[in-house]
Amino acid sequence: MELMKPDEPFITTKLDDIMAWARKNSLWPMPMGISCCAIEMMSFAGPRYDCARFGSEAFRFSPRQSDLMIVAGTVTYKMSHVVRKIYDQMPDPKWVIAMGACTSTGGMYRTYSVVQGIDLFIPVDVYVAGCPPRPDNLIKGLMEVQNQIARGEKPGQKVKNIYPRIRFCK
Amino acid sequence: MKEKLLDKLNTSFKNSIESFSEFRNELTIIIKKADIEKICSFLRDDAELSFDSLRDICGAVNRASVDRYEVVNNLYSLKNKYRLRLKVLVDADDMNVPTVTRIWPTADFEEREAYDMYGIVFDNHPDLRRIYMPEEFEYYPLRKDFPLMGIPGSLPLPRK
Repeated sequence: MELMKPDEPFITTKLDDIMAWARKNSLWPMPMGISCCAIEMMSFAGPRYDCARFGSEAFRFSPRQSDLMIVAGTVTYKMSHVVRKIYDQMPDPKWVIAMGACTSTGGMYRTYSVVQGIDLFIPVDVYVAGCPPRPDNLIKGLMEVQNQIARGEKPGQKVKNIYPRIRFCK
Repeated sequence: MKEKLLDKLNTSFKNSIESFSEFRNELTIIIKKADIEKICSFLRDDAELSFDSLRDICGAVNRASVDRYEVVNNLYSLKNKYRLRLKVLVDADDMNVPTVTRIWPTADFEEREAYDMYGIVFDNHPDLRRIYMPEEFEYYPLRKDFPLMGIPGSLPLPRK
């Protein structure tokens, strides 16, 4: 064949693996910045912590172009419908990071108006601890998502929330 | 300022004032519910007093079973640099209070908040809707008989 030159190096791999490799190194986050965690998320994107080193420098405020939703902040019941709508607008495959204590469990807002963990209405892949988490902690969360993609796991399947939670009083 | 204010109110509205108290140079006057509009427009329009700024309106719950709720109007006179707290006691059987939106338009959102959180109904308010909670919500969350974690099923989540 004309195209194959015998002296050029090549590798053999599976199509799924090369797709996963491409996906994990080009995650485009949808910044769902709802409260103070969003400040740390901006720092995570900024030059000091620089998430561009992990291939996810393109923060997309359009859900149609993104494949990783970082939910950063307190999600109230009123806001939960908006979060779900934006999640539904993102194309598959898509991953979700629940950033911070409020997003993962309701945090210190153990009250009637705050959803006690966003996994009650969307599937979550990685929970990032902290109030708010430091940017390097969020980078760890991003790398955890990358590992899940590299292992070929389907989004929203594996992780179960291990934090103790109260949903309603009796 | 305090003596002048109390003199003027005592001459014009002696029957409307239920009590007054002072704490750390801040005057609190409890007035009758029906006369709140009259007193408020007098306080704003009087050239000497000129309470031209309504700083806040809050609802509150008392421990008592009679006159359980109250509406607190925090007024400020920019000219005299003087603060005044006007309180109206509201009984649970009759939650209607006259609005002060025609005197200070800024009362609009604050009265909506008191309505949303305590269920105090402001008569003749131009747009009395809930401001924080969803419109179809049926309860008043800052009342003491409302459980902290809410009532199951009252706030719907999206489908998973």
